[in-house]
Amino acid sequence: MPVFYETEITSRLMLGTAQYPSPAILAEAFHRSGAGIATVSVRREAGGERAGQAFWDMIAALGVHVLPNTAGCHSVREAVTTAQMARELFDTNWVKLEVIGHADTLQPDPFGLVEAARILTDDGFHVFPYCTEDLVLCERLVEAGCRVLMPWGAPIGTGLGLNNIYGLRSLRAHFPDVPLVIDAGLGLPSQAAHAMELGYDAVLLNTAVAKAGDPTMMAEGFARALEAGRLAYEADPMEPRDMAAPSTPVFGRAFT
Amino acid sequence: MKITVNGTLRDTAATTLDALLVELGYAGAKVATAVNESFVPAAIRPEQRLNEGDRIEIVAPRQGG
Repeated sequence: MPVFYETEITSRLMLGTAQYPSPAILAEAFHRSGAGIATVSVRREAGGERAGQAFWDMIAALGVHVLPNTAGCHSVREAVTTAQMARELFDTNWVKLEVIGHADTLQPDPFGLVEAARILTDDGFHVFPYCTEDLVLCERLVEAGCRVLMPWGAPIGTGLGLNNIYGLRSLRAHFPDVPLVIDAGLGLPSQAAHAMELGYDAVLLNTAVAKAGDPTMMAEGFARALEAGRLAYEADPMEPRDMAAPSTPVFGRAFT
Repeated sequence: MKITVNGTLRDTAATTLDALLVELGYAGAKVATAVNESFVPAAIRPEQRLNEGDRIEIVAPRQGG
């Protein structure tokens, strides 16, 4: 099972907590999938609203690890301050670092990401960077202190799956000892299984589960796909080939 | 004194961040704060003086992906 910053997690599924039809369905999605990490965020609250406390009580009751994000931050300053506020609220030094570089694709700003990762690591954070599959960017993030990498499969919320298999595969080959998580873009369990077959350590989902017609059933579907894909990876799959090769023995065939 | 709280301009009689939170009904709430884009830890709020034009952020736990 994956180990993030010396903490072993009992599941390869990391699940977001947004967009579910109800809090009860959110909780059931976690129970049914066995997801080990919940991503959360911080947002403005009005005086007397007390919604944050209620949400926090529900998340705490799930008994999973909490990974606060810096979603929506477009600058290093915003991301660093958001991470610091989240650390106080959630009492964890883990942070899913997002520095968004483009409003249409929500793709990471690689330059701001490296800078923020360095600042937060120096401040004692354990940074989980939401990044692209760019090899040089990932090297810089590791140099900045990141001991986990979370490349996107496709833009957030698109459900397009793994858009650059080559890039993801070469990332796995270049960082055999760094936990790799597909963060964002998955829509179907088969895509999560594919990530496992590539040797990735975990996937992070939100929309694919929360916006399914039956979120809890989809959560379980993803959990099973992750298990199947990981088994396939560990089983050392056969090499693909272009020409057919009979599986039934040729020797002893009748009429020869 | 005019300050901005969570993007809204308002008048306050409070002179510290801690007093502002009480004035606005946040006493005892699970919130984190920033002044002018810099994080202010909960323990520092009583000493954090407010100045004309300060931009205050008050956030709480929320759903996220």
